[in-house]
Amino acid sequence: MHLILFLAFGAVCVGGAVNLLAQRHPINSALSLIAVMAALAGEYLLLGAEFVAAVQVIVYAGAIMVLFIFVIMLLNAGEEEQTNGSRVAILLGVPGMLTGSVLVAWVVLRHSGTEAVPIGALPGPPKEIAQLLFHDFLLPFEVTSVLILIAIMGAVVLASKPERAEGKAD
Amino acid sequence: MIVNWVATFFPALVQTLPQGADYVRILPEIVLSVFGMIVMVLEPLLDEEQSQKILGLIALVGTLAGLGATWFMAQSPGLAFWNMVQVDEFSVFFHVLVIAIATVVILISYEYMAVQRIRAGEYYALILFGVVGMALMSSAIELVLIFIALEISSISSYVLAGFRRHEAASAESSLKYFLLGSFATAFFLYGVALMFGATGSTNIDQISQTLQSGPIPLLAFVAVAFMFVGLGFKVGAAPFHSWTPDVYEGAPAPIVGLMSTAPKAAAFAVLLRIVFVIDVHAIFYVIWVAAALSMTLGNISAFLQNNVKRLLAYSSIAHAGYLLVAFAAAPGPGISAAMFYTAAYAAMNLGAFAVVSHFANAGERYVTLEDYEGLGRSSPLLAATLTIFLLSLIGIPMTGGFFAKFYVFNAAMKANLIWLTIIGVVNGGVGAYYYLRIIVRMYMRESRKEVPVMPVPFALRLALVACLVATIYLGIFPNSTLQYAQDSAQRLVWQSSFAPVSAEPGTAGTVVKIVKSGI
Repeated sequence: MHLILFLAFGAVCVGGAVNLLAQRHPINSALSLIAVMAALAGEYLLLGAEFVAAVQVIVYAGAIMVLFIFVIMLLNAGEEEQTNGSRVAILLGVPGMLTGSVLVAWVVLRHSGTEAVPIGALPGPPKEIAQLLFHDFLLPFEVTSVLILIAIMGAVVLASKPERAEGKAD
Repeated sequence: MIVNWVATFFPALVQTLPQGADYVRILPEIVLSVFGMIVMVLEPLLDEEQSQKILGLIALVGTLAGLGATWFMAQSPGLAFWNMVQVDEFSVFFHVLVIAIATVVILISYEYMAVQRIRAGEYYALILFGVVGMALMSSAIELVLIFIALEISSISSYVLAGFRRHEAASAESSLKYFLLGSFATAFFLYGVALMFGATGSTNIDQISQTLQSGPIPLLAFVAVAFMFVGLGFKVGAAPFHSWTPDVYEGAPAPIVGLMSTAPKAAAFAVLLRIVFVIDVHAIFYVIWVAAALSMTLGNISAFLQNNVKRLLAYSSIAHAGYLLVAFAAAPGPGISAAMFYTAAYAAMNLGAFAVVSHFANAGERYVTLEDYEGLGRSSPLLAATLTIFLLSLIGIPMTGGFFAKFYVFNAAMKANLIWLTIIGVVNGGVGAYYYLRIIVRMYMRESRKEVPVMPVPFALRLALVACLVATIYLGIFPNSTLQYAQDSAQRLVWQSSFAPVSAEPGTAGTVVKIVKSGI
């Protein structure tokens, strides 16, 4: 079961990545990227990294992709196209969404009686991650700030308008 | 003081904090980062005309302070930050090399900036931060940290390559370098991930221990091959070399001097460390082929070039090939030969690019072979300097290039790599032709067009003298440098064969125990 799920998520991931490259409309590519991110979150979950999976969904599939799509929309990237694909999506998407919500509702209702686990009762991965991130891998973690600083400076340098013409005088 | 205060309240916590020695072992990186930030923050506060000189001076002081910090660092060898960083002769050697290269590059840039009208703040800051990454690459023994350091060094080079904002070629150079470089980085990262999958660790010492304890899994070979692809790109070895000429042609000349020496030296340092993780014979053939291809392709292509920057770009591919010959001969005398070669190559290549960058003039207009005609008469000193660097690149005795090649081929012969040595020596002969062609043009042809040669400014003179002294020093007294390289190589081999898990109080295992008992 584990292996099948792993392979299924892997297939979605690779398929999404290929679709990302194959699509010509940037929005379609961005949506495929979301699929890739979500499938990766599933892989992390299967590998026992709940925290990373949650962060993957919240940060990458959520926040960063929203930014992506905002940027694409601000850049006015072409007309929206109605294709056969989008009709198929409506046909499959609505029943699929309904099934999904029913499934979630069923699970929630079934387990509503069980006691909630108090926060911090289990030695969860966040603690281990903190130990790794702020102790064992403290130096790489800190050095990453230099990396980000360089990236910001690079963006500023390369995006700023060249002010003057290059030395013309002999 | 703060540590004492914390100690009284949280005794367990102090054990988990980095100790003073940890900071000393990354002192050069800290110093360079601080100076990088100073340069960055000061730039908007200064008058635009003054800022170039002042910031250049601060950056220069920064690199010199970095060299001083390296001396302090060398006094306390050992592991730091829980097996992340290892200070030994090997890392000190590359620290000194990389920071010295940056010092010379800042000297070369000092006047160049004004001529080309380049914004100084980000330029110097990026050089300093880039050197942080390169220095860290040489001392890191953890693949995750190596990856981040590699990215720091690469991203700063991508941006620096695009600094001639008014030239389309520079933007092209930056973009090409960025796209291909990211591709190569992905290979390296994939290799790291596979290595983690094969051995369950990203620490080089632990990987080496795991691999020595049993049969080497196939995945580990694949991992090393992927990492070799990534690093092979960074050092510009064939068949991953195609970016080199275009990037070098478009980038500012002093930056080409930096790019062709410092990040390469750092990447070679990483490669040297990684090559020892796995039994050399596993990737021996890959290195063999890459070395032979780099030498041959680099030299043949350099043959056909008319642009001096492109010519030197292809020659740098060929030199990467000679260096890889030493890798194929590792771990015998190969390591020290490779280390010596990086140092000698840095001195002569940087010197050559210093002359080229001065001669190219505003907008880098004079970079073709025709422009160099008659330089021997119009500016004899400059021509003589360039001649010495070119002779060293050929490998004429009395220059650093001679002993560099000599040790490399000597090591190859000792390792019984007869064919690789033959290919290398033949290539050395081919290489001599195109270097000599520049010299012939300078001295034996009349100049056909008016090429103004500016008087050499003081900072550049200093840089040229530094490169010249280093080239000739390595050519006449190679022993002390080689001895140091041999010592550090021996230490490296010894470490990898015993792979000691440090008995220091600050190692990861003990600290975890302390944390657990304390909480």
